Amino acid sequence: MSKYRDLPRLNAFRRAALLPLFFAGLCACTPGEKFDSSKPAAGLVFDVGGRGDKSFNDSAYNGIERAQKDFKIPIDYIEPGEGADKESALRQLASGHYGLIFGTGFLFTDDINTVAVDFPAKKFACIDYALDPSKAIPPNVLAIKFKEEEGSFLVGAIAALTTKTNAVGFVGGMDIPLIHKFEAGYRAGALHVNPKCKVLVGYAGVTGEAFKNPAKGKELALSQIGKGADVIFHASGSTGLGVFEAARDRHIYAIGVDSDQYAEAPGYILTSMVKMVDISVYKTIREYLNGTFKGGLQEFGLAEDGVGYVYDKNNKDLIKPEVIKKVEELKKLIIAGKIKVPNK
Amino acid sequence: MNEFLQIFTLALLGTTIRISIPYILAALGATVSELGGVVNIGLEGLILIGAFCSVLGNHLTGNPWLGVLCAVAGGMLFAELHAVVCIKFRANQIISGLALNIMAVGVTKFFLKYFFHSSSNSGRISGLPRWDIPFLSGVPVLGDIVSNPLILITLLLIFAVFYTVYKTPFGLRLRAVGENPEAADTLGVNVYKMRYAGVLISGALAALGGVWLAYDQHQFTDGMSGGRGYIALTAMIFGKWNPLLAALASLFFGFAEAIQIQLQTIGVDLPVQFIQMIPYVLTIVVLAGSFSKSTAPSADGVPYEKQ
Repeated sequence: MSKYRDLPRLNAFRRAALLPLFFAGLCACTPGEKFDSSKPAAGLVFDVGGRGDKSFNDSAYNGIERAQKDFKIPIDYIEPGEGADKESALRQLASGHYGLIFGTGFLFTDDINTVAVDFPAKKFACIDYALDPSKAIPPNVLAIKFKEEEGSFLVGAIAALTTKTNAVGFVGGMDIPLIHKFEAGYRAGALHVNPKCKVLVGYAGVTGEAFKNPAKGKELALSQIGKGADVIFHASGSTGLGVFEAARDRHIYAIGVDSDQYAEAPGYILTSMVKMVDISVYKTIREYLNGTFKGGLQEFGLAEDGVGYVYDKNNKDLIKPEVIKKVEELKKLIIAGKIKVPNK
Repeated sequence: MNEFLQIFTLALLGTTIRISIPYILAALGATVSELGGVVNIGLEGLILIGAFCSVLGNHLTGNPWLGVLCAVAGGMLFAELHAVVCIKFRANQIISGLALNIMAVGVTKFFLKYFFHSSSNSGRISGLPRWDIPFLSGVPVLGDIVSNPLILITLLLIFAVFYTVYKTPFGLRLRAVGENPEAADTLGVNVYKMRYAGVLISGALAALGGVWLAYDQHQFTDGMSGGRGYIALTAMIFGKWNPLLAALASLFFGFAEAIQIQLQTIGVDLPVQFIQMIPYVLTIVVLAGSFSKSTAPSADGVPYEKQ
């Protein structure tokens, strides 16, 4: 009781002073002015890195932004930041008006599984969902996966057809199965077109830091260049910026990942293995609005335009036309199922 | 066997030195701070701040040397926070250092977004020009090492710090307030001032480690310190709070990492984890005192209150 006894003692002036605070609190609870609660809405929680990472998160944002323009639906996003509580960010969106909620990145897998069970009426989608054979995907969760190995196969072929030294390199970030997929596809692609080609491999580490260590990336790349590699593909987040730096230093080619990274080192980026995170987000929102959203696993590979490589005005002088011809043939063979690309 | 011989090349020396530079600088900083009696586990944050300030200074002024100056100033300013909290308010030094590390991540990211409109990396900066030294600069690998100003500065600093700590009145007073602040105070040494000086110097040195990281990449990348501050701390302990030994320990850790990189490249499958634990295992061995007694300054980590 005593806790409340002080309350009436507040004089009128003090109570008046509290009023704006009270209203501010109310306003914070009501949705923004653009919000029309009669319409379905989509929310997105970013991975570490957040908007402006020029890669994964930005690509997801492009997808949701395009959906907002095309379908005129309200969207919102949360950037939980370093080590923050992803689960509560998901919960916050789920308890609002958002009918479809995205988690960007494999780190969301467990959190989405938990939150999806608590909000069975809401739909969830997790990009790069980490499949666990012992656990079923909740029915309202769409597990979006990419066949990175297929895109990596093609850039591996480009690398092995471009190298003059018969040696190509691969720099991975964290030593985990997701990154092994890139390596496996790349190696298979390189050896498919050039069986004599050496593939040198290095990983930056075994913790999440391994994706944010450009100095280590540069040393790994320099060491591979020292052993003859003249094209290096990376799948290592910003660690790869160090690979680009080594490529500039020693005048060799690097291959970007996730999004078109040409601008990071113009003239030295042979191509990029792109993951169409934006397309997957856009398609998922469209299905959700059409009422055709289905939970479960959905894989985006070459056939679905979910992965690919960059060949545009920036790098068309770096890659020979006959290389592109060969790679396009390989792409058709993979889509037709004639080439099976290993994923580990 | 032949495979193992393949890795001991001149390139290995270059890799070792490049990897070790930030370890050495931060370990020197940690040593100075702890000899004065203030534990500084905020090295990780100070490296990050140094890296960011150098890039920002270089970006805004167009002069890489002004960038270095900005980094030193930024590192000292950031270390000042730690000094005020630990020396003036006598707070727990571990907590304050930890706060420094967490804060640096947020602060650099905030300003990265503000100045460079990206949450991942800054724009490209020029970096320091090479110092062309006649004859030597032309030699492969070795030439790259001797013509890099930051490597030469680091080499100079190792001996400068060693000399200052053991051969000057300033060094004597610094060690005195770290060993026995009461006695030093009785003899008229200003304990607070000396400790402030130790922490600020450590801020400047660790920030230079950050400059190396940023200038080697010609840009700032979010979280680019990558745990190097902690390795530097273990190097300091492994080096028994002696600047020279701490620098040698840093070189040794850099060497282990360089070997691991080379082994990966030539395809010898030694687990990454194994090499990564070497610094920590060695430090535990040293701390456990099996072949040397622990030699931390007696008043290390103990706040001083003037009677």
